[in-house]
Amino acid sequence: MATPLLKPGVDPASQAVEPTSPVALFGADEALAMDAGMDLAPWQIAYQTAGTLNEARSNAVLVCHALTGDQHVVNTHPVTGKPGWWERLVGPGKPVDTDRYFVICANVVGSCMGTTGPASLNPATGRAYGLDFPLVTIRDMVRGQAMLLDRLGIKDLFLCIGGSMGGMQVLQWAASYPERVFAAMPIATGARHSAQNIAFHEVGRQAILADPNWHGGRYLDVGTRPAKGLGVARMGAHITYLSEPALHRKFGRRLQDRDAPTFSFDADFQIESYLRHQGITFVERFDANAYLYLTRAMDYFDLAADHGGVLANAFRGTRTRFCIMSFTSDWLFPTADSRAIVHALNAAAAPVAFVEVESDKGHDAFLLDEPAMISAAKGFIAAAARERGL
Amino acid sequence: MNVTASLAPAGLPQDATGSARIDHLVMLNLVEPGSRVLDVGCGDGSLLALLRDRRGVDGRGIELSREGVNACLAHGLPVIQGDADTDLAAYPDDAFDYVILSQTIQATRQPKEVLEHLLRIGRHAIVSFPNFGHWRVRSELMLRGRMPVTDTLPDPWYATPNIHHCTIRDFVGLCRLVGARIERASALDASGHPMRFALPWWVWNLVGTQGVFLLRRG
Repeated sequence: MATPLLKPGVDPASQAVEPTSPVALFGADEALAMDAGMDLAPWQIAYQTAGTLNEARSNAVLVCHALTGDQHVVNTHPVTGKPGWWERLVGPGKPVDTDRYFVICANVVGSCMGTTGPASLNPATGRAYGLDFPLVTIRDMVRGQAMLLDRLGIKDLFLCIGGSMGGMQVLQWAASYPERVFAAMPIATGARHSAQNIAFHEVGRQAILADPNWHGGRYLDVGTRPAKGLGVARMGAHITYLSEPALHRKFGRRLQDRDAPTFSFDADFQIESYLRHQGITFVERFDANAYLYLTRAMDYFDLAADHGGVLANAFRGTRTRFCIMSFTSDWLFPTADSRAIVHALNAAAAPVAFVEVESDKGHDAFLLDEPAMISAAKGFIAAAARERGL
Repeated sequence: MNVTASLAPAGLPQDATGSARIDHLVMLNLVEPGSRVLDVGCGDGSLLALLRDRRGVDGRGIELSREGVNACLAHGLPVIQGDADTDLAAYPDDAFDYVILSQTIQATRQPKEVLEHLLRIGRHAIVSFPNFGHWRVRSELMLRGRMPVTDTLPDPWYATPNIHHCTIRDFVGLCRLVGARIERASALDASGHPMRFALPWWVWNLVGTQGVFLLRRG
């Protein structure tokens, strides 16, 4: 295995300290109250916007990113140079039409693309927070986004939309600030993280913790990176984002650049070399400690538990219009998880639509070109815009 | 028969000549303005849209097909992709004023359980279905010995989604079995119009192509 897991000269922590995005700074008197029980201050949140806020300030859309996503939803990524991660759904003429709506996408608290997280400098020590950073919850992320909207002068959202961990944030938004969300679209997500999902995350975290370069989370002080651990974590997670039919179609058992197996632990199979590539490129853009914190935030998410064990209570009296979407081959957040949300919304008499998109692309389908998802989103969002008079 | 009233065609809206289906307009007349309605098997949402636009109804739908769900979404209707046989169990008691099952009960696997759910979830249930007792259906079977293909039953036997056909009389029997009170009932003729006079059941059962029932928990 000759491939190095970290290219020399790439610094995934650089965006954490000097982001190439607009940043809202909150001082010592504007602390973010964290569920873990401490106030984070000072702190900052990095974000990107697209489109124009109308005079009535009624056309704002908050896009919530997934676990390893970031604020670069429609703009070119500053580290990878790749196009925005949701250009199929967000952009001019797309369902989230940036010609009509003002789109905001912020990097979540605990991440590493400019919002305060474990790779940020701790003002108390002058070093990176590392594990001194408080544990983050989905509710903390949403609280931070709400403070950003206050700063931007946006009272309420026309639409809150996101997939996977982003979908969790959408649900939390609808539960925490029902009066601030006109329409909500949680995609490929659940109201809680399942035991199986926690188990997968734990494998990833243990890979990072076991990397000798992790140094108890103080690797930035030492000048190393737990690149192998983070790469392995990403490889494992990536498998859960796909599906067996998609893997089979893309790779099968085909060999990589050879006609016969080498009888070694080289990446003989295409799927192996693909996963190694995924691991390497991830390490270039993501901070290992941030990965620990964000996976933990997803694990802790249980919206029903926060409301006396009854999910419907999270949405009691809501006037938000919901559109829930799942994918048939998603085994990370299977359709049953979405149905549980739909049932709770029904019990709360909320206006809810639900679409199960037939796809063999697994959990990742929400990021990919799925015409059925795009047309359903277009229909729901356009109708909601009519209702709001946009 | 504890039929309290039959549907009078005079009750049809004046603009009944529009694009709306006549059986939809019949149902429109059964629903009080401003009520909460669940349409099970709502198709493209045309009945829900009609109820919303003409009756100010807060409507919801359940539909099996993605095409139907997408059409509903585009009309701004909150519709859930799902199956009447499995999804109704998740709805709480008394969640709606009316639960509508339009031309769908014959396609369910468990019509009796579905009907019981309707009566539990809604204060009222409205059910319409193709009448397998219609004389043309009977004559196809009796004279030609073949499964009937008619306007209300357009599919050949091997391609029909309908698995539990019933006649108007059968349905009345099912209502009695599950303890449903028939508040209003009607049969529609071949052109989909409510039949003009309060006729005896056996006539409806013979010449009605569809039955439309407004039910209430016993």
